[in-house]
Order: sequence, then structure tokens, then C-alpha cells
Amino acid sequence: MTTLFIFIVMTGLGLTFGLMLAIANNKLAVEVDPRIYEVDDILPKGQCGACGFAGCLGYADAVVKNPDVPVNLCAPGKEEVARKIATITGKAQSSIEKKVASIKCAGTLDKAVRNFEYVGIQGCVSANLLQGGSKVCKYGCLGYGTCVKACPFHAMRMSPEGLPLINPEKCTGCGKCVSACPRHIIELIDPESMVRVNCSSFDKPSVSRQVCQVSCIGCAQCAKQCSHQAIKIENNLAIIDKTICIEECYDPVCLSKCPTKAIRPLIFGLLPGTENENSDNFIYKGYEQSGIYYF
Amino acid sequence: MFRIKRGGIHPDGHKSLSAEKAIEVMPVPPKFFIPLRQHIGVPCQPLVKAGDNVKKGQVVADHPEKKAPPVHSSTSGKVKEIGNFPHPVFGMSQSIVIESDGKDEWMENFLIERDFEKLSVEEMVDIIYRNGIVGMGGAAFPTHTKLMPPKNKMIDTLIINGAECEPYLTADYRIMVEYPDLVMKGARMIMKILNVKDCFIGIEENKPKAIETVQNYAEREGIKIAVLKTIYPQGGEKMMINAITGKEIPSGKLPMDVGCVVQNVATCAAIAEAVCRNIPLIERIVTVSGKAIMAPKNILARIGTPFKDAIDFCGGFRSVPGKVIMGGPMMGIAQAGINSPIVKATSGILALTKKEVDYGDERPCIRCGRCNEVCTMRLRPNILSILSEKHKHQTALAEYDLLDCVECGCCTYVCPAKRNIVHYIKLSKAKNSLAGKAAV
Repeated sequence: MTTLFIFIVMTGLGLTFGLMLAIANNKLAVEVDPRIYEVDDILPKGQCGACGFAGCLGYADAVVKNPDVPVNLCAPGKEEVARKIATITGKAQSSIEKKVASIKCAGTLDKAVRNFEYVGIQGCVSANLLQGGSKVCKYGCLGYGTCVKACPFHAMRMSPEGLPLINPEKCTGCGKCVSACPRHIIELIDPESMVRVNCSSFDKPSVSRQVCQVSCIGCAQCAKQCSHQAIKIENNLAIIDKTICIEECYDPVCLSKCPTKAIRPLIFGLLPGTENENSDNFIYKGYEQSGIYYF
Repeated sequence: MFRIKRGGIHPDGHKSLSAEKAIEVMPVPPKFFIPLRQHIGVPCQPLVKAGDNVKKGQVVADHPEKKAPPVHSSTSGKVKEIGNFPHPVFGMSQSIVIESDGKDEWMENFLIERDFEKLSVEEMVDIIYRNGIVGMGGAAFPTHTKLMPPKNKMIDTLIINGAECEPYLTADYRIMVEYPDLVMKGARMIMKILNVKDCFIGIEENKPKAIETVQNYAEREGIKIAVLKTIYPQGGEKMMINAITGKEIPSGKLPMDVGCVVQNVATCAAIAEAVCRNIPLIERIVTVSGKAIMAPKNILARIGTPFKDAIDFCGGFRSVPGKVIMGGPMMGIAQAGINSPIVKATSGILALTKKEVDYGDERPCIRCGRCNEVCTMRLRPNILSILSEKHKHQTALAEYDLLDCVECGCCTYVCPAKRNIVHYIKLSKAKNSLAGKAAV
């Protein structure tokens, strides 16, 4: 008898609550644009924030609701995602500039002078607290991999030489590493660039020559060689005008005269300093080799 | 017997290495590196340029708006250059390089005899400022600021800090044993400036000779001796007040908010020298100790002397040191090299052997709670370190009183997982100040 009573009461309660929920679902329903979830589904879910919104859902919400938000803000998603978002939202399609992270330092363990051994917390900001890190150069890479930990797409790893390496295939150009670096030496560059300066030191030549073998000493040899006037020297450091360099230059003569090899070709799969001057490494090779790392 | 009410540790003292070595005057080194930033606050501006001749005691750098105590030349000679040179705290800092001419000539108007009873309070504070006196216990807080509390703060107790709770260091102990008259004179001057009647001198019980010597002088001057139980970190300002008066400083407040001023014994001696004889702060007593030093000593060294010269004066290294530290082993700063100079806050130079330095890898927190037990500030170091590890710096600031940490290092000392807790806390503090600057 008791069993039957319990069965009836529980079934009754279940049916009542089920009915209430069904009514509430219909009466109190919130209108949500289904396109938001469609867009969210095609976004890469790195939650990197490169678009400037709080995560992927935040961008999906904004791009559907706000007519001023363009479809090309998702750097990791590249052209394909932008095209799909344009189809869903009916907005005009615009292109995405391909960017990859590049570290403006080439001071590997054997090239840059270190004056002590750091044994504290393994992190660049922590190392920077103790007299500015173990490298004598106060502008270069600290080498404790804070950028590697910050990368949401696992595109970076630390090399045994003490500098982070970036996989161009995986790097989406989201810029997480750029904001994580306490030295601010990571920049997003166009992979079409012919050359780049692998140094951030503003030190005087007399100082930088002593602390690092591969630092830019601001000698202006590269600026003299460049026939397009794309290079200028500011604060003992060569600065390249990217637009001129990419659009006008086909023969990077600036590379041949650099005494410290601080200015380098953009080659994949080679650590700075291992390029052979006599080989054809100076020619931009493109993406044909996959899965290799470069700076 | 006084003691802090809670927490603290008992590290091995190692004071016997240098405790009974009388203070030796170090010969003048050939070259001085005098940093422009030797105190908490803005750096000084140089007043001399390369090629100038300077005399001993001459002001070589000061701040145009009197925001920083001036820096004096430690000897007579020629300014060689002004540039970036090693600094024991900041790594690199702008310094004035002075080459000694060997004559060691004083400026005029120095070494005069003056009776402080005839001077007014303002005159005395001005003399202390002009002679570049800063707190010599380690923090290098400008002394004249400490002696001029805002009018609404009533100061009723002066505490002279002779605890010297850091292991190895014996510089303050030697001052108390050899110059008790100077310490007492300085204490009386501060009493006059602050207009206080109560003055204690806190000395830990492991220095019986200092207690005995100071007692003879203190009774005459009306200064009370507070014998403290030997506990680290009792020499900290906040702990000292807690141990002697029983008062606790509220979070984010200063000692003057509870009516106390704390001065180190070395600062008292420097004040006495400055006011009575017009001698600026150009030399201090430094303990050079550690098992890697051939002959540990207490030396009277000029400000700007490179560590290398001081270590060579003590016989050099016995073995290759694992670490060279400025200050004590608990709160001192590990050095990148021995080219950094002695600054106003250098109480000791320690060279530890490789055996003594622990390079153990840190492991995850096991929640044993030992750090909570020893923390004298009643913080929760384990939670703070975990929050820092997980990048939750703002939570640490808002909910776990991050800024109350005095970085004494007790938590790191007792941690069985060898976690760098103080380093994590410093990281959180730095991250919070960076975030604050970015927000402004």
C-alpha cells in the first residue's frame, strides 16, 4: 500500500513540475538570435581576445548585433572564418592581414653574456624583478618562457638555446605573447617581409658589443646599402619601414654588410646565427616545409 | 623579557664568526663608485662633472626640491666619470666614480665641535638632512622625514633598535659594544627633536655583552633597556613595536600612527656624529662574514667602496662562493657580482659556500600551514603564493592583505616544499603596482 502511495505522489509531483517547466519555457522565453551561436560554432575557440572582445562568444554576439563590428577581427580564424561570418551576418567581406609573432632578440645562451645564474621562480616577470634578469643586456629576451605559457594555440616552445621558437603554421597572430612579454620585444610581422632586425637594444655600440655578439650596434651600414631608403637608425637601433620593404624590395642587399648579423632574412627553420652566407638562404623560401619552427 | 606576540623563527645565528672581532678601519680604496640612489625615493642629481676635484665630505649630488638626502664624496680626489655602474639593489644605477688622490682631505667646516643642547629642533633636523643620514638598518628610509611627523600625530615612544635578528650580522652589536656613548647621544638628540619622554633600547638576549655595556650608559640618560627573546624577525620595525609596547600597527598604517618612532643604533650613532661634529654619512660599519670568507671581520668602510676591495681586506674567498649577498641571509639581496659598491644601507656582505646554498627545486604547496604559523603579520603566505602562481594578483591584494607583507622570509624558510613564497609575493606586489600604473 505504502509503495503504491509513494509511486502515485512522486509521479504526480514529477508531472506537475514538468508541466510548470514546460509552461515557463514558453512564456518566459528570451529571444536569442540563433546566428550568434552559429558564429560562435565556427570561431576557433582559442579565447585569445585578439578581436578585442571578451572571448569568442563575446565577439560572436557583437558581430551579429552591432553593424559596425567588421567580420575580419578574428586573427586566428583567418580568411575562411571571416568569409563564413560574412555569409551568416550578411556583412561585406574584408580581408585579414596575415601576421606572425617575431622575437626581436637573438641573444642565445652562447651569444649573450650572462652575469649570474637565476634559480628563482621560472618566469620572465619574476626574473626581471631580481636586478633585471641574468642577461647583462637589459633590452633582450629574458628566456624564461612567459610568452610560451601565454600562447593559447601551442605555437611556441623554448629552444635549448634559451630563446622561444615560433611555429608559423600554428601562430595565428593573436598577440597574447606580445602583451605577456615584460620586455615588450615580441612584435607581429607580415610573413612576406624580406628582412627583420633581431635586436631591441638601445645601448651604445661600445656597451652592446660587449654584452651580446649579435646585437644591432647602430652602425647604419644597412641604411647605406638599402636603395629604397627603407631603413633608418633611431637610438642605436635599425628600424625597417615594413611597407617599403615588402612592396618594393626584391634583393635584400642590406643583409650582406651587417657586421653583427643583427639584421636577418626571414627564414623558417633556422636559429639566428646559423644562416650560411654562401648558401641560398638569403632567398625567401616560403611555407613549403611544414611543422618547423622559426624565430 | 619582551617578545613578539605571535610567529617568528629561530634560524642558526652564525654570529660567532665575527661577533668578537673589533671594528677595523678599512684603508681607502683607489676608486669609489657612489650611486645617486641610496635611499627609498627619487634619485639625486649630480652636482659635479667629470674632471672636477672633490674634497672628503663634499656634497656631490642632491635633489633640487629637497626630496632626497644628499650624497657626499667619501674621500678627496678627482671625479672620473658619471655613468651606469653596478648597484647592489637595482642592478645598474647612475653612479659617480671618484678616483682617490691619497690625501683624504676634509672639506672646510667639518670636524667642528658643537653642543646639541644649544641647537633648536629645526636646526638639528636640517643638519641631519644636509649630512645625508638615512635609516641604516637596511631599508634606507630618509631619517629627517621620520623625525618630522605631521602635527596631528602624537609621538610618545622612541624605540632604538639594537635587536639585529638577522643571522651572521654583527655590525650593530659592535657599535653597541664599542660606541655606546654615541648611540646614547644620538638617542637623546632624537628624544629632544620628537619631544618624547619614553625611550627604549631593544636588544636581543643573545648579546649579553651589549646589554651590559649599554646599561651603564642608558641608566644615566633615562633610557630603558628592553631585553628581547631571540626571535627572527624581531628587528623589523613593526615587530619591535609589537614586542616592546604590545601595540599592533593597523593594516596600511605607519609606526607614527600608534605614536612610535623606531631608529636603528647605527643611525643613532650617525646622527650623533653629524650633529656634534658635522660629519656626513660617508662611512659605516659593515660585517663581512660567511663561511666562504677567509677572515670574517667588522670593518669601518667608506660608502662607495666596491665589495671586492672589502672582501680582499678580509683575506679574500676561502672557496668559490655559492652566493654573495648584501645584507643578512633572510632579507638580503643576492648579488650578480662583487663589483657593486657599499651603499648607506649595506649592513653586511655575506659569502655563502656552495654547500650552504640550497638550489632545491620547488614543489607544489602541500597545505601544511607552517607558513601561517610563523607569519608575524598574521597573513596566509600559502594562499598568497598560490594566488600569485595562478595570476590572481588582484584577489591577493583585495582579500588577503598582500601589501601588509614585510617580506621577512620566515614562510620561505620553513616551507617543506621549498616554495619561493616571498618571491611570489614580490611578484604579486609588482604586478599590482604595474596594473595600477596602467589604469591611471
